[in-house]
Amino acid sequence: MISCKEAVARLWTHLDRNLGGPQERELEEHLGLCRHCCGELEFARQARERLRAPAAGVEIPPEARERVERFLERLSEKD
Amino acid sequence: MAEAAVQEGQFEAMVHPHLDYLYAMAVRLCGNRAAAEDLVQDALLRAFRGFARLRNREHPRLWLVKVLTSSFYDRLRRERRAVAAEVEVDEEFDLFDRITEEDPFPYSDRVHLDFLDLFDDVKLIEVLQRVHPSPRVALILAYVYGFAAREIGTITGKPLGTVLAWLHRGRKQLERELWEYATTHHLLTPHVEGQR
Repeated sequence: MISCKEAVARLWTHLDRNLGGPQERELEEHLGLCRHCCGELEFARQARERLRAPAAGVEIPPEARERVERFLERLSEKD
Repeated sequence: MAEAAVQEGQFEAMVHPHLDYLYAMAVRLCGNRAAAEDLVQDALLRAFRGFARLRNREHPRLWLVKVLTSSFYDRLRRERRAVAAEVEVDEEFDLFDRITEEDPFPYSDRVHLDFLDLFDDVKLIEVLQRVHPSPRVALILAYVYGFAAREIGTITGKPLGTVLAWLHRGRKQLERELWEYATTHHLLTPHVEGQR
């Protein structure tokens, strides 16, 4: 069985669905027996979610939008 | 000239629905709103110049992200900041273990989640700025915006192996920086900070 260190190194790649074949099977076998690494897996999952959550939170402020829209208009006029 | 005017109208119409998306991504890449606005303008100029060659105009988001990312790398080069330098990462550092050992929330039964809750959107953007540019781009595209590693390869023009290496280094650096940020900004208890 792979070590905890090796298992932990594969967790995010596993969550990203970029692990495959024997590496994936070895990790699943390890997770089936290791409570500590299951905790790490859950933590990695939550950390990923935390990064994703605020993606919609930044909106372009009205004054910046105005400037960008003016820039777009100027681009068209230049041509 | 009439054809050029049609192209211009099409360009504006195509780009307009994506302005918020591009701006939000630019804030995460640059770390502040003023630089993000400049980056969006750089990207729009670049996109405008390349628009005549764009084939798939019905789904331009991936192309616009690619243009924004290229413009970001150009800005870094102009500022003479290293883009592709090898990143030293501390492979031994494990955030989950560090939180377990230090136990910064001794009365909590969800100590690891409590740690993540310390970081609101503003703090996360600050921490991401501490990650080296190329791994940072990969982290933002993968985890904030949900692009697959192969798509990140297309966006950045790098092979899959490079993207996977960036993601690995970026995660390790992010873990370390989250811990450093929490301790240096006194987000943890004095007990833990005293033990650093």
